Amino acid sequence: MSGKPILHYCNARGRMESIRWLLAAAGVEFEECFLETKDDLVNLKTNGSLLFQQVPMVEIDGMKMVQTKAILNYIAGKYNLYGKDLKERALIDMYVEGMVDLNEAIMTSAYQPANKREEELAKALDKATNRYFPVFEKVLKDHGRDFLVGDKLSRADVQLLETILIAEEQKPDILAKFPLLQGFKARTSNIPNIKKFLQPGSPRKPPTLEKDIPKLMAIFH
Amino acid sequence: MSEKPRLVYVNGRGRMEPIRWLLAAAGVEFEEKFLETREQLLKLIEDGSLLFQQLPLVEIDGMKMVQTRAILSYIAGKYNLYGKDLKERALIDMYVEGITDLMHMLLMFPFSPPEAKEKNLASIADRATKRYFPVFEKVLKQHGQDFLVGNRFSWADVQLLEAILAVEEKIPAVLSGFPQLQAFKTKISNMPTIKKFLQPGSPRKPPPDEHYVATVMEVFK
Repeated sequence: MSGKPILHYCNARGRMESIRWLLAAAGVEFEECFLETKDDLVNLKTNGSLLFQQVPMVEIDGMKMVQTKAILNYIAGKYNLYGKDLKERALIDMYVEGMVDLNEAIMTSAYQPANKREEELAKALDKATNRYFPVFEKVLKDHGRDFLVGDKLSRADVQLLETILIAEEQKPDILAKFPLLQGFKARTSNIPNIKKFLQPGSPRKPPTLEKDIPKLMAIFH
Repeated sequence: MSEKPRLVYVNGRGRMEPIRWLLAAAGVEFEEKFLETREQLLKLIEDGSLLFQQLPLVEIDGMKMVQTRAILSYIAGKYNLYGKDLKERALIDMYVEGITDLMHMLLMFPFSPPEAKEKNLASIADRATKRYFPVFEKVLKQHGQDFLVGNRFSWADVQLLEAILAVEEKIPAVLSGFPQLQAFKTKISNMPTIKKFLQPGSPRKPPPDEHYVATVMEVFK
């Protein structure tokens, strides 16, 4: 039996993508078990695999872990991507929570009814340029280092890169006013594990297309 | 100058209440600054106190911490309420995240339109009794210990007690099918720091009422 983590989710980004990013950044190979139908989810529920009857679920180190944040915390802690002490962890947590709010705003706009979608996306992208990206541009400017926290790669850097790429997919010039974030993006993308994840054929999932949404919703509703 | 943590929020539970609980459980005295007007919030944003222009804000150990989860993780870590190793932390995180999903329903409830309130209350009851409480009833039954994780008081116990009491305020008989949780509630409520927090005159805030809803709408919208 493989010792690799096994990810249970649908074949889409959703709430699993940040976990794929972090495992990849840590250089950890993993397997994926994709839910295709509602029955697949029901089976997982009935065999007691899902603590709160929800996915994502990651089998790792003998545990069946659920709750995205819990899973990310565990991976970050295990693979030394969580800072060196409580105060670095506090900074990392603050930054990551902010970015997750932004990702969520962008992601959920795609699931809004058609007449609200554009407006919600515009609001989310506005928050990117006015609320979130200025913070990280300033963090990088103030300490002049390559990584957000503690002069070392952490989950905050991985999350920031993921967030930047998600925002750019919606608005390609979104980093126009953020030269340091542009530099950060280039540097971080070139880190070997991350570079590998950004190549075709990696476990990285493409953006969810509108036409795929009904099939995904059918699994959960 | 006081070294106590300083909590900045509106005078009500909202997103700050779990933080009040955790500090109280850890036996940490704190100060509070209550916002009543939008101007006060805008001033805080202008003077750069709020990393992502949002509350809660907790001034602690020289940091201006934002993002509820980051603040809670820091307090839990600092006051040894976060388990003894990565695996205990993983369990605590899973439990806390699940309970937080339930608490989120309660957080939003006062702001739902009157015609939706009955349905929302039914959803809360359903989730509590079918998804969340059974999990913790089983955890306690299986290990037979007083605390959820590691036979030791942790953040998970505090969060579960807060949730039980919050749901009971709306659905008084909600624990009727859960003898382990009833015993848990009694035991944890009687721990000295918790008992003190549950007494009148403590920093614990009352259930949200119309005045609270009006203040939130004024300050945040």
